[in-house]
Amino acid sequence: MISSKIKIWSLIFTGLLFSVLVVGLIALCTGSAGIEIKKIPAILLQGSTTAEYTILMDIRLPRILLGMAIGGALSLAGTLLQGMFRNPLVEPYTLGISGGASLGVCINILFKCYAVLGIIAYPLFGFAGASAVIFLVYSLNRKSTHIRSNRMLLTGVMISYVASSLVMLLMALSHHDDLQNIVLWIMGSLDEPNISLIRLVCMGSVSGLIISYFFCMDLNALLLGDEEAANLGVNTARSKKILFVTASFLTGLSVSVAGIIMFVGLIVPHFVRMMTGPDHRILLGASFLAGAAFLTASDVIARIIITPLELPVGVITGIIGGVMFIWALSRKQVTL
Amino acid sequence: MNSKLTESILDRPVLDVRNLSFGYKKTEILKGISFCVNPKEFVAIIGPNGCGKTTLIKTVLKSERLDSGTIRILGKDIAHLTNRDLAMHMAAVLQTIDPAAMTVRDYVLLGRMPFFKQYQFFETRQDLDIARKYMELTGVVHLAEEKVTQISGGERQLCAIARALTQEPDLLVLDEPTAHLDITHQKSILDLITALKKELSLTVLMVLHDLNLAAEYSDRLILLDKDNSSIFSSGTPEEVLTEDNIQRVYQAEVVVKPNPITGKPWILLINQANKP
Repeated sequence: MISSKIKIWSLIFTGLLFSVLVVGLIALCTGSAGIEIKKIPAILLQGSTTAEYTILMDIRLPRILLGMAIGGALSLAGTLLQGMFRNPLVEPYTLGISGGASLGVCINILFKCYAVLGIIAYPLFGFAGASAVIFLVYSLNRKSTHIRSNRMLLTGVMISYVASSLVMLLMALSHHDDLQNIVLWIMGSLDEPNISLIRLVCMGSVSGLIISYFFCMDLNALLLGDEEAANLGVNTARSKKILFVTASFLTGLSVSVAGIIMFVGLIVPHFVRMMTGPDHRILLGASFLAGAAFLTASDVIARIIITPLELPVGVITGIIGGVMFIWALSRKQVTL
Repeated sequence: MNSKLTESILDRPVLDVRNLSFGYKKTEILKGISFCVNPKEFVAIIGPNGCGKTTLIKTVLKSERLDSGTIRILGKDIAHLTNRDLAMHMAAVLQTIDPAAMTVRDYVLLGRMPFFKQYQFFETRQDLDIARKYMELTGVVHLAEEKVTQISGGERQLCAIARALTQEPDLLVLDEPTAHLDITHQKSILDLITALKKELSLTVLMVLHDLNLAAEYSDRLILLDKDNSSIFSSGTPEEVLTEDNIQRVYQAEVVVKPNPITGKPWILLINQANKP
């Protein structure tokens, strides 16, 4: 029995890994300078002298890696939050974590903190904003020994509104240059020139995945509710705290670098759950990979659909994600 | 159910509650509660609605924090035990089971979770055998591949019992396991627990609403009183379920007769309108 489970899980895992690679390869070949897939090995062998090499390795590859890291991070954050809240509507946006992160980044742009701290100020402020929201939501709901999930969700939604109003307030008060900066960033794009920021996001999202895996059994028990999980030996308060911080870290990182990218954290976990079932031992990794593939594919579409112009990737994820989600809802009951 | 452990502490109560008090803000719910549950005993907690039966169970399970008093499991104060230590000694079946869309097998296997070693991700062969054994005993093995969301309430309750047994606990705690079930299922669940108690030397603490079921199945009863937030009476069903006690705690006029077949107290309600 257990070996057959492992067999199915490794099959799903390999399949998703393969699709991530395929999507990555397609993304590598797509763009205004069309590079055929057959030519790629030759270009790579020639070394860094050609223009094609620069396009592949310095422009397209970093963007693909960033897309994968952010897609994985957002989808993982959604999986963690949905598991803890046992609520299919929860994701970083509905909980106000993204709102907090964008508020943090706006403050950074407005007060020009990046001029002092350097590029690291973006993720730093994003994470600070996300953590502030999580801390606020958590401490407002901490009256009993168990954290009440529904109330917490409502608080999150309200904080999300407050945060977006504050972002608008900051935009109204800001100078023309800053305003343009904020608008461009909020639209959401994977076009990030800074390689060290990309490296940071990649490492961050992979470490988020590793941390989450330490709690995969706790997450399984939490599906039965806080009380049952505690009766099964889970230190629910501690596990939830760590997982909340992990989710806000992943969200803060993504939002600060790529802006608002909607729906990835909501729909990818749902689709993966339909395929794998609710067991977090496979769900966490599978969601990460599926999110990576989904966002990279969406970015390819965003890049080519109105060439030579580029759409914000959030538009694509919003449209594809929303339509697919409604279709899935009408076909099959979505449960955790 | 480590047999060596159980034998060595045979003279010691499995659960020892001393002077427990609990309240929300200013309202006191439980006050000065003391009782023991001895090995292989089936103790039922009874009392009117709102008297704190479920709260008492929750304090024992450490879901609620006490205001004062101590609760010991096999001599160990639960305040000093982690949830995981507790889960190795005590398993719970709660009143309502929130269904998750996992299979019955995965659900029952969660009972092995407290025994996972650090960084263990998969159940061992032994865990699977234990889960299968209790699914067979509770008669849910044919449902193993079904989703918990898709089975009936009675079946779900049986699965919860199977999951609790899979923890191989010293003490099984149940909060009204028969609450929403018809009499067939009520009887089959209580028959099952009685049989399991004998077969596995289980110690059982259960909240029961139905006085007749409590009289038939339990070795000892604890009757809680709403007005004093304390234990009104405790002892064998014959000692506790008297017309006078029930009149005073429930404010209901009843007749108690010995059950013609089992000899246990049999509580008969009287509709005033039908009185001759």
